[in-house]
Amino acid sequence: MAAVSIRNVKKHFGTTPVIHGVDIEIADGEFTVLVGPSGCGKSTLLRMIAGLEEISAGDIAIGGRVVNDVPPKERDIAMVFQNYALYPHMKVRDNMAFSMLLAKRPKAEIEARVMKAAGILGLDQLLDRYPRQLSGGQRQRVAMGRCIVRDPQVFLFDEPLSNLDAKLRVAMRTELKELHQRLKTTSIYVTHDQIEAMTMADQIVVMRDGIVEQRGRPLELYDHPENIFVAGFIGSPAMNFLPGTLKLGAGAAHVALAEGVTVPAPPKARGENGQKVIYGVRPEHLTMANGTGLPATVVVVEPTGADTQVFARVGGVEITAVFRERHAFHAGETISLAPDAGRSHLFDAESGKTLMEG
Amino acid sequence: MQKLLNNRHFLGLLFMLPAGVLLLVFLTYPLGLGTWLGFTDAKLGREGVWVGFDNFIYLIGDGVAQLSLFNTLFYTAFASVAKFVLGLWLALLLNRNLPFKSFFRAVVLLPFIVPTALSAIAFWWLYDAQFSVISWTLTRMGLITQYIDFLGDPWNARFSAVAANIWRGVPFVAICLLAGLQTISPSLYEAAALDGATPWQRFRWVTLPLLTPIIAVVMTFSVLFTFTDFQLIYVLTRGGPLNATHLMATLSFQRAISGGSLGEGAALATLMIPFLLAAILFSYFGLQRRAWQQGGKD
Repeated sequence: MAAVSIRNVKKHFGTTPVIHGVDIEIADGEFTVLVGPSGCGKSTLLRMIAGLEEISAGDIAIGGRVVNDVPPKERDIAMVFQNYALYPHMKVRDNMAFSMLLAKRPKAEIEARVMKAAGILGLDQLLDRYPRQLSGGQRQRVAMGRCIVRDPQVFLFDEPLSNLDAKLRVAMRTELKELHQRLKTTSIYVTHDQIEAMTMADQIVVMRDGIVEQRGRPLELYDHPENIFVAGFIGSPAMNFLPGTLKLGAGAAHVALAEGVTVPAPPKARGENGQKVIYGVRPEHLTMANGTGLPATVVVVEPTGADTQVFARVGGVEITAVFRERHAFHAGETISLAPDAGRSHLFDAESGKTLMEG
Repeated sequence: MQKLLNNRHFLGLLFMLPAGVLLLVFLTYPLGLGTWLGFTDAKLGREGVWVGFDNFIYLIGDGVAQLSLFNTLFYTAFASVAKFVLGLWLALLLNRNLPFKSFFRAVVLLPFIVPTALSAIAFWWLYDAQFSVISWTLTRMGLITQYIDFLGDPWNARFSAVAANIWRGVPFVAICLLAGLQTISPSLYEAAALDGATPWQRFRWVTLPLLTPIIAVVMTFSVLFTFTDFQLIYVLTRGGPLNATHLMATLSFQRAISGGSLGEGAALATLMIPFLLAAILFSYFGLQRRAWQQGGKD
């Protein structure tokens, strides 16, 4: 196990820059998730840690040792690929033993390690099968097993669950988290799915266009997003954004939205009178109010059983609200939605940066 | 009638009929006729009578036929191995990210596009006893003092013919293997690199086993084509000198058409069949079917 530090790392393919100076500290034993939309550079960053891509500038250190010029096999890492990359011509047993066979470990040790990993992952019955004879979830487990047998300093995951169906993905997510709690190996996990990030991570790193937008604990990102991008990316359904103007002066500070609608400004917001702002509120932080809230015209109602999701229009902007209780709205109806002022956000319209304090 | 046309089996047979007729007329009939002729003493312009195994017994004792068998085996073995090694090497090179990749891939195909007869003439000129550019170059470089008699000496002629065949056959092997290489996922190589495999180990434990099924198919075809080669030899040496380059195919043609002994020529051609069958069976049972390619049972 080891800490990983990424210091001012840059990457360009030819003349195209894809990562513009990234700093990330990953503590020993921590589960870090790199999350962001496709093309944000998260996979490239992971591949640089693995040694599959060259580092154009900056340093990557694993366990205090700068590994920029260390070949992949000497970095003491193991990686789970998106397509699992199991050797199709080798049985499960040999897939898992391959790295140790190459390292010329004694037979008994190889066998013991394979059996131990197979026991952890429940693969005992499948050791003599070929990858083609396995289901998606089983292949995923074999890919994990291949990593576990090596007992590396760091596990790297490149969107390992994206090839599984929705139900299996949730099950494997739990399994992976459980495994990490058991093995406590430093893990770096790449995904574009913020739910995976939120549920599994000790630390989330949100990336976009080759830069780190924000990093922190999952709930920290949820409660205190530093900019509109992170606010919109973390949380599902996504945060609602309403453009408006900040009004200070006599009385309580408020935000003037379109069509004459106003909403009280979040208490912790700081800004100038007349500043163009974006008011942000999460769907789950809207409640029904009796005529005192934002007037909203219902567009679509989606009851899921557990909650009710409502799509409505406020001041020309479409917003989403989620209620724990059931509501029998119908399309076209006007309802009144009250944002939880203490949990709403305010961003500068121009820079997208948060205007919240603390 | 209507009922018959609705019958799946009848309809199936009906649709297969055109293809079946084509196969019968253009493949089965000539093959059958050729084999039949081998058992007769037919000459050009004279229908033969059944002579049983006489032709075969005569050919087995015939020194030139024996020599042609040796030549064919030598030619096939030598050229096939060389084509495989060079083809694989070229395919591996072309599979890398080279600049002008598609240009090089097109260039590699060139020998394949040129008609064999045409390239054989070019080789004939290259091998010419007086005007060979190879000899000329080597003399100028001071490596030899006398022009090489490429096609006049039996062993020189054999190797020259093999070299021409290799030149002609490498593109086929290279392009097929390249196609095979491209089906291997790059992430397997990355996984192997992380597992600690050196480039050689990656080739040995990932590339080669995954390429085996394609190698089997390609090399079967390559062996069949080489074993039955005719054009190149016919243009280059006509089997000479002293029958040193006569392959079974060229000798069969010479005996049957030039010499007029249709029966004997046909028998010699028929004698090639067991060898070809053996090659096919070897590849089919030995290389082509792998347990890991079979689908899962659950």
